[in-house]
Amino acid sequence: MGSKTKASVVAVNGNLVTAAFEGVVIQGEVAFVVSGGLHLKSEVIRVEKNHAVVQVYEETRGVRVGDAVEFSGELLSISLGPGLLGQVFDGLGNPLPAIAKEYGYFLPRGVSISSLDDERPWDFTPVAKPGDEVSGGSVLGTVPENMVTHKIFVPFGMRGGYKVKSLVDKGSVTAKDAIAELEDDNGGVFEIFPRFEWPVRVPIKAYEQRLMPDEPLVTQIRIVDSFFPVAKGGSFCIPGPFGAGKTVLQQATARFADVDIVIIAACGERAGEVVETLLEFPRITDSRTGRSLMERTIIICNTSSMPVAARESSVYTAVTLAEYYRQMGLAVLLLADSTSRWAQAMREISGRLEEIPGEEAFPAYLESRIAGFYERAGRVRLYDGQIGSVTIGGTVSPAGGTFEEPVTQATLKVVGAFHGLSRGRSDARRYPAIAPLESWSNYTGILAPEKIAFARKLLRQGSAVEQMMKVVGEEGTAMDDYLAYLKAEFLDGVYLQQDAFDSVDGATSQQRQVKVFDFLLNILKTDFVFSDKAAALKFFHKLRSVFVDWNYTPQDSPRFEETAAKIEQRRLEFAAKEESS
Amino acid sequence: MRKVYGRIDDILGDVVTVRALDVAYEDLAQVTTRYGVSLAQVIRIEGNKVSLQVFAGTRGVSTGDEVRFLGRPMQVAFSDDLLGRVFDGKGVARDFGPPIVAEMIEVAGPSVNPAKRVMPSRMIRTGIPMIDLFNSLVESQKLPIFSVAGEPYNQLMARIALQAEVDVIVFGGMGLKYDEYLYFKNTLEESGAMGHSVFFVHTAADPTLETLLVPDLALAVAERFALDGRRVLVLLTDMTNFANALKEIAITMEQVPSNRGYPGDLYTRLAQRYEKAVDFSDAGSITILSVTTMPGDDVTHPVPDNTGYITEGQFYLKNGRIEPFGSLSRLKQLVNEKTRDDHRALMGNMIQLYASSRETKEKKAMGFALNSFDERLIKYGALFEARMMDLDVNISLEKALDLGWEILAQCFEPEEVSLRSKLVEKYWPKD
Ligand SMILES: Nc1ncnc2c1ncn2[C@@H]1O[C@H](COP(=O)(O)OP(=O)(O)OP(=O)(O)O)[C@@H](O)[C@H]1O
Ligand SMILES: [Mg+2]
Repeated sequence: MGSKTKASVVAVNGNLVTAAFEGVVIQGEVAFVVSGGLHLKSEVIRVEKNHAVVQVYEETRGVRVGDAVEFSGELLSISLGPGLLGQVFDGLGNPLPAIAKEYGYFLPRGVSISSLDDERPWDFTPVAKPGDEVSGGSVLGTVPENMVTHKIFVPFGMRGGYKVKSLVDKGSVTAKDAIAELEDDNGGVFEIFPRFEWPVRVPIKAYEQRLMPDEPLVTQIRIVDSFFPVAKGGSFCIPGPFGAGKTVLQQATARFADVDIVIIAACGERAGEVVETLLEFPRITDSRTGRSLMERTIIICNTSSMPVAARESSVYTAVTLAEYYRQMGLAVLLLADSTSRWAQAMREISGRLEEIPGEEAFPAYLESRIAGFYERAGRVRLYDGQIGSVTIGGTVSPAGGTFEEPVTQATLKVVGAFHGLSRGRSDARRYPAIAPLESWSNYTGILAPEKIAFARKLLRQGSAVEQMMKVVGEEGTAMDDYLAYLKAEFLDGVYLQQDAFDSVDGATSQQRQVKVFDFLLNILKTDFVFSDKAAALKFFHKLRSVFVDWNYTPQDSPRFEETAAKIEQRRLEFAAKEESS
Repeated sequence: MRKVYGRIDDILGDVVTVRALDVAYEDLAQVTTRYGVSLAQVIRIEGNKVSLQVFAGTRGVSTGDEVRFLGRPMQVAFSDDLLGRVFDGKGVARDFGPPIVAEMIEVAGPSVNPAKRVMPSRMIRTGIPMIDLFNSLVESQKLPIFSVAGEPYNQLMARIALQAEVDVIVFGGMGLKYDEYLYFKNTLEESGAMGHSVFFVHTAADPTLETLLVPDLALAVAERFALDGRRVLVLLTDMTNFANALKEIAITMEQVPSNRGYPGDLYTRLAQRYEKAVDFSDAGSITILSVTTMPGDDVTHPVPDNTGYITEGQFYLKNGRIEPFGSLSRLKQLVNEKTRDDHRALMGNMIQLYASSRETKEKKAMGFALNSFDERLIKYGALFEARMMDLDVNISLEKALDLGWEILAQCFEPEEVSLRSKLVEKYWPKD
């Protein structure tokens, strides 16, 4: 299917190769630089007269002037179909375990393996019937894939109306078996397969309508769900300096979030972190489905030492897979770690193209690319009335750890929630290190807004008192102020902080959060009477250790209610009189 | 394949441009001048114009000099004969020993497939409590020592290398002072470790760009030893010199700098090296310990900043001690569950108390009144610094844990430290 365009290399600059061509070249089409017997996959990113500049998805070592360049005529695409769940792909959709099996320890150049296993049989059940009117995105049938009813679609790119001419019966099919024939108005007949290609940089829009993201996405991380909530179909970002806990936070979210599918885009970060997920998820049972977590997860893995151009496209591969499962009426969560590495990949390529640089040498289109990426999040009503969503959460790794830099700033403009990690909090081991005063969310969470407003006001007040105490000392602080400070510290210690590595505290269900928060609020609203500051400090220290103990107690254990009663008893001991009556 | 080309068109910084055909990207060439032969590498090709970075620098290069392409990228000889030997940044022997006749291997080869990695699981014991107890070093970890110039980072690194039970040590020196190089060499020789070590040394007196090859040579050799099933420790000092050489080339090539003159691909360049650290599924491993000096003790400087985003933690060396704050081993949780049942609890608790003791010290300095608990926090801080943080302390992890309990008992009542009662019963000194 490749085009007849003839081309050969005239220049090499890092991963950019310039080819002189005769014939037709499409912007964005896939090309192959043929070097030393290898076909190095690449993408056309600039065309000037008879010169095409391609970014090569592999190392360009050994490429020379005169090497042939072949053009495919196709945009950079990924195969969609059943069998993607539980897989680990590189940035271009090559399954890494299959590559390992074939080539051993190292990632060879010039290798391409299909994202789908064409031999695997699937149990097909037709949904449509001959004579039905269909178009791109219509459902022809389903196959069971892990816990998901995987829909087999009319390829999204088929525009216009078709009539189902024939459809196979219920039975075993593979991804490459024709399952239907469609006929257009002119009598043209098209075979349909469970598998089809989709260009990763193009959003899938086969839906009826976009909806407001107004349903909370429960992550089971308290500070997120209660204070800075995320919504299904919304977007959020986690900027933070190195070591502040971005990856740990995302790994926890990937485990516990209340969604159907999780797609992890490991973008330009450490390979070791992917290995952790890769080896642990198959062993963890997902409480929602009773199956292994890996079965609902897809990993797109382009770690920091893998080629930069493929890193740039890996986020698009990831979001395309997210949109594909959204089309099945599922809630999909895409977690990208780190979007800064993606932005840096753009910067590297832009620099080689000698484009006019913007701030910190990032290209001028940085903002629009970031916006375009997060815009692929959304909640939609599909043609069959079902609701599907793609939620996008990206970490940002700001240079020097300051948020006043282009990637953080461009991201903040477009996301719906900001979970900013602070160095101070992570140094003090206050995890998750989401800064409670600076972070924000535009989404509606699981708690009543006035309750949260009260808690936030207290946190602000506590922080102001703390600052003041640094100047005037404890002695110079009024008792009321001191109590506000202690209450804020208490709220932080027992609710905002959460031990990601504990099996109980690591995830707090929505129902438990609502219950515990009310309980906590009652404490925070209590007027306490203490003989002096030392007594107050001691009281909150003790209460805190009991409360933390409560956090570590499973809700179905008898100790849960016992501990609650113990806390309430302590509260009453020091509460002002009118309250206890 | 070997062709000789005449004319050098441009000489700019350490980059020359020649006219040549049929040259492959990243191939090597030799530039022969009146003063000697220098190695060069292709860094850009535009039609018949080929740009090369000249590792020995371009001073003395004449437009009349000859450039001969070698028809291959950088390689290094590999065999067990490397052990005990010292090479320079070009891979040429600098110890007057015989040349190595062996298989030539590719440097800066492909990445390991993440699917072929395993989870790190073995702790490397160093005898340094600030590491073993508080930030355990793990086999296959990549970890830099962050510090300002003048700190004893090379001593620390040499000490860890000698204590670590590894099969092979590969040393990569970049911009080293000659006496630093001799220090490493003598230390390893005296301890008998030289016999299983290989040195790639670039000194401050050598041409700047030769520093660029050192990590690649060291890691290529390390990777082969690891594939042969050996546990390899790679020492890289000082990576800031490597980054500065990258900056120099980037500026010569008129790349738009991203931050304080450093090129935008600094992160990728560093990551490509550090990510060579690996635990292979059924072969050996590579652990990387490096030094990153921080200009002005500034962690936000582009070199430590980018490094911190890549490595699995860092040891922050300050005033001759490993600082508990700012130091981190991200892999510690993979090993400290299996060491002793009090390890994790004690680790967290002692650091928190030390943090409180520092705050109390500030409070004292501000002239605020101290209560009795404050006084004891201050005592604790002093003991912690003298008996845990001092780099002269050299004890096993178990001894360090016992010592931890001892220090706590000297300062506090068991109720004052929030440790689980089960552990207190078991470990709190009884008298
Ligand atoms: N919630 C948490 N609970 C306990 N420890 C944590 C938590 N979050 C982070 N840590 C500690 O901090 C270390 C670094 O966290 P993490 O790897 O998530 O940082 P990061 O922000 O992703 O850094 P980088 O930008 O360098 O990737 C972890 O290895 C762990 O030791
Ligand atoms: Mg991270």
